[in-house]
Amino acid sequence: MATIVSYTARPRRLLQALMLAFAVVIGVTAYGLVGLGRFGEVPEPLPGLAIGAVVVAIALQVAVMWRAPYADPVILPVVVLLNLLGIAMIESVHEANEVFGLRTSASADRQMLWTVLGVILCVGVIVTLRDHRRLRRYTWIFAVCGAVLLLMPLTPGIGSARNGSKIWIEIAGFSFQPAELAKIAFALFFAGYLVSRRDTLALAGPKVLGIHLPRWSDFGPILVAWAFAMAVLVLETDLGTSLMFFGLFVAMLYVATDRLSWLVIGAVMFLPPAVFVATQMTHVQTRITCWLDPLSSENFSACEQINQGLFGLANGGIAGTGLGEGRPDVVPHAESDYIFASFAEEMGMVGAFALLMLYLLLVQRAIRAAVGISDGFGTLLAAGLGFTLALQVFVVVGGVTRVIPLTGLTLPFLAAGGSSLVCNWIIVGILVRLSDAARRPAARQVPSGAPAPGPRTTQEVAS
Amino acid sequence: MSELTLVALRLGFVLALWIFVIAVVLILRNDLFGTTVVTRSSRDRRREQRPASGPIGGAAAEAGTDPGSLRTDPEVTTTAMVVTAGPLRGTSLTLGSTPVLIGRAPECTLVLDDDYASNRHARVLQRDGEWWVEDLGSTNGTLLSGRPIEGAVPFRPGAQVRIGRTEIELRRGPR
Repeated sequence: MATIVSYTARPRRLLQALMLAFAVVIGVTAYGLVGLGRFGEVPEPLPGLAIGAVVVAIALQVAVMWRAPYADPVILPVVVLLNLLGIAMIESVHEANEVFGLRTSASADRQMLWTVLGVILCVGVIVTLRDHRRLRRYTWIFAVCGAVLLLMPLTPGIGSARNGSKIWIEIAGFSFQPAELAKIAFALFFAGYLVSRRDTLALAGPKVLGIHLPRWSDFGPILVAWAFAMAVLVLETDLGTSLMFFGLFVAMLYVATDRLSWLVIGAVMFLPPAVFVATQMTHVQTRITCWLDPLSSENFSACEQINQGLFGLANGGIAGTGLGEGRPDVVPHAESDYIFASFAEEMGMVGAFALLMLYLLLVQRAIRAAVGISDGFGTLLAAGLGFTLALQVFVVVGGVTRVIPLTGLTLPFLAAGGSSLVCNWIIVGILVRLSDAARRPAARQVPSGAPAPGPRTTQEVAS
Repeated sequence: MSELTLVALRLGFVLALWIFVIAVVLILRNDLFGTTVVTRSSRDRRREQRPASGPIGGAAAEAGTDPGSLRTDPEVTTTAMVVTAGPLRGTSLTLGSTPVLIGRAPECTLVLDDDYASNRHARVLQRDGEWWVEDLGSTNGTLLSGRPIEGAVPFRPGAQVRIGRTEIELRRGPR
């Protein structure tokens, strides 16, 4: 005998509005505190930022109420808060650079513009994408798009190299990292491909040493896509992104087939390229040395970034120096790759853990949507997108805190950089759509004359 | 602005950040959806004495209404299809007037993740006010109360339909 209780999710739109307002208040306060800490006065652009943030929050709220009424109530507030904290932190680094003159970094204005563009695209996704299953029709188009986007930086004329990585394209003065968009395209392609092939991937094929091996005919396209992404990314010498693609592939295969053997196959496939780059490429060797032993006297100057980041973390301590009162400008790339160190210095361990909690909650909501959604494509897509967010946070924070070697990924929503921010907002739009599909009561299929079911129904079942 | 105000603001900010995190956690705690299955211990005598697969759901008996009137009055009864065994155990579908397709294909109403089910395995449909279950030429067959069926056969509340590892029953209860 078992009792089956089914709960129907409530829309919770008022709660989302309240949380959005709360997020805007906290984020704008952070920006104000940065100015107060550095110069002792409320920064001039504060009213503008406040108005912009309120407009953004209202736009998101209206879009969700209109087109995705059952969407998860906490995804958008968490993302808005992260984005505003990032703007405050970028401004703090910029002001520190102005005061001390060690380096230069752009002010937060550019990040605000990118935020507006990202929110417009996010609202666009929520409004135009009525049913996520429509995306499944374009599975192979997404595969081609992802490949083209990955190849774009290698094209002469529009590709450009920065810091030794050829991952940028420049068109009409604007630069963009197409790999970020390729990430979304590949997540869509893999969800669409795996949902139709997961049974043959999981069941057909020989069994060797207790693990199921897939058939070549099923495995081939995955291998080709993986090898293609790896080859292009090694040519562009962008290892952080290749790590992210690889993690996305393995995670989605695991979710699709529910077989641990894929994790083994993934690890085996990862070893040759990892060994190759670790032994053949000098800048990867430097990073591994800096990961293992950055503070010894012979490595100290070569590992300046990681060392200054560690000193920043130490300077922050438990409570932090206070917003606008630290020295994040000492660390190279403090506003993009090292924004976590900047944040941890000024907000301390208390603030940094709050930040990690926000990421954890965001990823948890994505995985919850994946569990709740009724079709396999949606499950794979939500799990894949949630996993990319989680992996980026792990790789960045792990690199800064010396858990793993440092790789050049961006902290989602926080780090300065338009491509990453805009693409992550698109991901959020898709996640809102997926969470709406996951939480919407199934009773919508009941004939319209029937009364709406109560929030809770109980049934008893013999078993 | 004095130093003290700044310190107070800074503390307030960290506090607000954590209040936000805790508020999100509290929202999630109250934000249950989906289905949970609770297996009751067999020592519960009162439950055991009830017929194991009676046509009336527990909710009807607990509501204290006369079960007889519920059974016949279509205005207050509703039929639900519940999955009692298999990977989808606990799933419940409220049946309307449209047929319900069961199988592994994504377009099915009840999508089974079961290696022994066919893509379009079976159909549950209403005809002349009664529910019928029809096998759609599946590879491994559909069992009604342990016997394989051919074509459409009546599907009465309480009877068990087995498809692969999945068992399905009809339930009647108040809306």
